[in-house]
Amino acid sequence: MLTAATLAILVTMALALVRALAGPSTYDRIAAVNMFGTKTVLLIAVLAFLSGRTDLLDIALVYALINFIGVIAALKLVTHGNFHSADSAVNDTDKEVTE
Amino acid sequence: MIDVLIDITLLAFLAITSIAILRMTNLFATVMLYGIFSLLSAGLFVVMDAPDVAFTEAAVGAGISTVLMLATLALVKRPQRPFYEEAPRTHRAWLPLVVVVVTGSALIYGTWDIPGFGAADAPAQTHVARYYIDNAMPETGVPNVVTAVLASYRGFDTLGEVTVIFTAAVAVLLLIGGRRSVKADKSKTQEKQDEA
Repeated sequence: MLTAATLAILVTMALALVRALAGPSTYDRIAAVNMFGTKTVLLIAVLAFLSGRTDLLDIALVYALINFIGVIAALKLVTHGNFHSADSAVNDTDKEVTE
Repeated sequence: MIDVLIDITLLAFLAITSIAILRMTNLFATVMLYGIFSLLSAGLFVVMDAPDVAFTEAAVGAGISTVLMLATLALVKRPQRPFYEEAPRTHRAWLPLVVVVVTGSALIYGTWDIPGFGAADAPAQTHVARYYIDNAMPETGVPNVVTAVLASYRGFDTLGEVTVIFTAAVAVLLLIGGRRSVKADKSKTQEKQDEA
């Protein structure tokens, strides 16, 4: 059962990799990386049960968190074109209001 | 059996990703592929029973590096065209290919003398490893041997590394951080006021 799950996850990883390589638009690639990260989390979780080392689940949790942060950063860059953190958006809205 | 299959598949993905990174001229896609590369190598570390290394690879490689490279991309992008556009291919590089192939062959030749993965007679296992395994717990009270070596036996070494990184971060912040973005914002608002 776990073997079948592993195989399915590996196939999905391959498909996500294809989309990341081929993806014509930027958002295709971001979605592919996000999906790849999710599949890595799942693969590590399945590996933890395959090898009986449940402490690997902590790493899966860390990956999930980091994947989220990376995707947010990439989307913020694509949308705003810069990284002046949260205050840039606030400043922009302020300027719009004052103008 | 399934471990070997996972190893081979992840290594194949790693090779495909590396070749794609080499051939890609779209910087944004390259950064995205770096993220995939990092996730893949972290998965390999997990398969090879090195969860602490995988932890570091996930936090630094997939997390911080991606954000830092995207931030660099945002700073150095050309104003005229979007930064994720394809750049023209300018040259063929046969000499670098030859150099890389020769160097790689030499390195692979060098790996023939390396003892097998996890071999009991490897030099790393025969000298100090036994001492650490026997004495780390009673001497330091830390259950994880790697943590005991890093934080206790080599504590001053780690402290020095942390000092170096802290100094570098302070220097970079002093050079390019803080004040410059405030100035840029000021000049932007002044320009707007001038236009108005």
